[in-house]
Parts: sequence; structure tokens; C-alpha cells
Amino acid sequence: MRVPRYWRNLSFKYRLVGWKCNHCGTFHHSKPIVCKRCRSRDFMEVELPKTGRLIAYTIVNSAPKEFNDSSPYLIGLIELDDGTRIISQLTDFKEDELREGVRVEAVFRRIRVNGEQGIIEYGYKFRPSMG
Amino acid sequence: MTKVYVAGVGFTKIAEHWDKSLEQLMAEASVKALESAGLMAVNAIYVGNMLGEVLQEQGHLGSIIAEYVGLSRVPAFRVEAAEASGAAALYAGAMDILSGKSDAVLVVGGEKLSDGLPEEVYSTLMIGGRQDYEGFIGAEFYSLNALLYKLYRKRYGESDDVAMFPVISHQHAEGVPHAQYPFKIPLEKVLSSPFISEPLRRLEVSGIGDGAAAVILVSEKLAEKIKAPKTELYAASATDYVNPFEREDPLKFESLSMATRKVLEDAGVKRSEIDFIELHDATSIMAAISLESCGFARPGEAGKLAVRGEFDLSGSLPCNTFGGLKARGHPLGATAIYQVAEAYLQLTEQAGKNQVDSAENGLVQSLGGVGATAFTILLKKV
Repeated sequence: MRVPRYWRNLSFKYRLVGWKCNHCGTFHHSKPIVCKRCRSRDFMEVELPKTGRLIAYTIVNSAPKEFNDSSPYLIGLIELDDGTRIISQLTDFKEDELREGVRVEAVFRRIRVNGEQGIIEYGYKFRPSMG
Repeated sequence: MTKVYVAGVGFTKIAEHWDKSLEQLMAEASVKALESAGLMAVNAIYVGNMLGEVLQEQGHLGSIIAEYVGLSRVPAFRVEAAEASGAAALYAGAMDILSGKSDAVLVVGGEKLSDGLPEEVYSTLMIGGRQDYEGFIGAEFYSLNALLYKLYRKRYGESDDVAMFPVISHQHAEGVPHAQYPFKIPLEKVLSSPFISEPLRRLEVSGIGDGAAAVILVSEKLAEKIKAPKTELYAASATDYVNPFEREDPLKFESLSMATRKVLEDAGVKRSEIDFIELHDATSIMAAISLESCGFARPGEAGKLAVRGEFDLSGSLPCNTFGGLKARGHPLGATAIYQVAEAYLQLTEQAGKNQVDSAENGLVQSLGGVGATAFTILLKKV
């Protein structure tokens, strides 16, 4: 991904800020023009809750080249406390903590080094809940 | 309404073709297809390809392929819909005939994955997802499939039945000259292969290979003059959200369900009249969800039917009659065209030892991403 594209959508990558449709409540991770579900044009910027529950996880053994240095890594499907489902990398898990249903929380982490310039890209990951 | 006919097919073996370029593979398949239809020229060329711009750094494939097959001057361009690019090219070619503008079109798909290292291929495959969401965090194709598989097992029970799909595909590919992996693999071997993305095993996913396939589509008017065997062709398509976990039910491919309903309606064929299906078994779990989404199996039961032999060549609904994506091979933009070519061989009784008895209607399904794009193509015997 080139730098301008990475930069354009930082609020979601850094803080899980996106847009909720005021008509049907559908969440969009990047700023929509029309709601993908009901086609409304009325949105509210929202910050998603930083805590939730792990629904399912997997270990990626076929890492794309951008993720070679973190392979193998974990991908999880998470249901946040407001019911929104997102996918995320998981981090800081000990083997015995890795189970479906476990409470998780968002943390700010290095995601990958990308492009010819070696730009370090940051974003969210989820770890076992400390609280 | 006028009809569209398949009047010729051609394809290469799927393999690691170190000595051949993407363009040469597509030209080889195209020339074979033209010869099989007994045609010298066409009115237009549609090219299906997904990753040429990235792996070969080559765009503008329409004009380039036209030149390679000695048909410069005809309209020619590439059609893209991720792993369903070949089906998208077929759809565009069929529309061209239906519009009355063309009497004969060449639809050719090709992909050359061996030009990239495996980690480069996994990386470029992410262009089928949203790069600023799934791609950014490394949620690549197999990880999304693995999460679907987990939800599937949670809803319908822990079972290895779905792992029968690669076993069936390999059984059918045995001895098929154009197949990438023309040999049997027993279930125990599938289940003891390492995880590519838990619970999805290495032998439950298609491999990396190169290949090209082509078909000649013709109008009703031209079909009457062509001596080569022909079948009718109907095509339908639908889309859905790119991320399956944002859909109402991630375990149903609504896009595929809609496209299948539509194509059956257009062809005037009932679901029970389908004699065989070429499934999009890029992964075992996608094969199961595809059958269930279209009513060919009840939710959660596709694996059970597979174990019972219902999808074998001699079963009630043969699937992947030449090995499917898993064993024949999955050169992305060429795949749907291989599927259509194989369905054509079945319906014109040229399938040899893989022949399905008295087949009248064959269904081809092609998916882009994890069901974000779906094409269903129906071939009918004439």
C-alpha cells in the first residue's frame, strides 16, 4: 500500500473510528458516500468500543510477503461490546489463553513494514483483556 | 430471445510452465479453441486474467493476445473480477452475442502464478479483498476461509466430512491429461496434512499453477453453419459484501444463490434437472457452502453427502468431473473457462473415462474472493 492510501484512513487503523449509518446502524470502516445496506446518506462518526469477545481465530501459515517477518501470526473474528464484528490480528496471547469466547481489548501496534521505502505502518491489534 | 452457443474449446495442461509466458499459454489455448470450432476469425476477444498486472507487470492484455493469435484489429480487452475473472469474461462475451453485435467471440483466460514466489502470490491474492482493511492486517484468503470453517463447525458440529471434497476432486482428476495433480489422495492423507490456516489443511486448498483455457461462443445464426459439436450457454452473476463476516449469514453465499436461481430461470431448467456441477472448490469449505447456498444440500449436510458418494462420477450429482480447482488446478483467471470447457466435453460426450451418463444440463460456479462475486453458468445439451 502506498503512503497516501495508508494515511487517508488512519482513524480506523489507529483508533477504530468509523461511520455508523443513522438510518440502519450499519458500520463502515471508511467514510461512505451512501450506506451499503440501506443507501441512506446520513452518517455519524463513531469510535468503536475497544473491548469485546473472541468469536473465532486462526493461525496464518501462508503469510503474504508483507507479513513474512511476523509469520505465523493470528487472525481473529471479534465481537465488540456494541455488537459490531471486526477482524483483527491477535497479539500477546499465551497458548493457554487462546480460546473462543475469551475477552479481548484493542492495543496500538506495529502492523508491517511496507513498500520500497520501508514505511512502518501501525494499527490496531487485540490482546487478552487485562481488566 | 436469441441464444448463445459454445462451439469449441481449447486448453493447456495446468503446470509450472517455466518455458512459456502468460501470453504464449493464452495463445496456445485460443488457437486450439478456434481449430476445434473450425473458425479462422472472431468478431471480438474477451480476456480473463486476475494478476497479470502484478506478477507479470503486464496490462493491456486484450490487444496483446489479439496480436498473439493473429487477430489484431478486432475489439479485445481484459475483464477482471478477482478469481472469477474468467467467468466475467465469459459473461461479457455472452452479452456481446446476445446483443446481436457479434456472431463469434473468443473468450480466453490465463494465469501464470509460477512467476511469483508463494509469498508474493499470497500477497497479490489480497487485491481481491479491501487493501485498507482485510489486506492491511494480513487477513488473507485462507484465513478468512479458516474463520468461516470454524463458524461452520461450531454451528453444525465438529466433523471432518467437509475434507471429503478434495478427495473427490482428486479421484476424478486421476489420469486426466490437463490436470495439475492427476492422482488420488486418500482422506487420511488430507487429514494428516499440515494446517495452512487452522482448521483448514494444506490438502484442502488448491495449489499454485499456470494455465490457459479458451472457448468460442457463437450466435444462433452462426451455430447452424458450424459442424463442431455445440451446447447452449446461459450466464448469470451477483455480488455481495467483500467481507463475509459483515453479511447477514457468513455461512451462506447469497451472491451464488441469486446467480444460480437466475441462470436456472433464464435456461428454463429446474434445479433437479442439473446433472453435474463444476464447483469453485478453492477450499473444501467453499465447496460445501456453495452446494448448501444453492439448495443442492441442506445446511450443514454437504460433507455428509460427499462421504456417502453422492458427488462421485457415479453419484446422484457428480461434482468436479475432471478434478475441480483442487486437482485439475486453479489458474485464477483461466479457471472458469476450464470449467466451462469441461462441461462442454461432458455434454458433447467427449469426456472419455470421466463421462457422466446421459447428462443434459451442467452447472459451472465461479467465485471471486470469498463469495463477493458469483457467476453461475449453465450449459445445456443441444
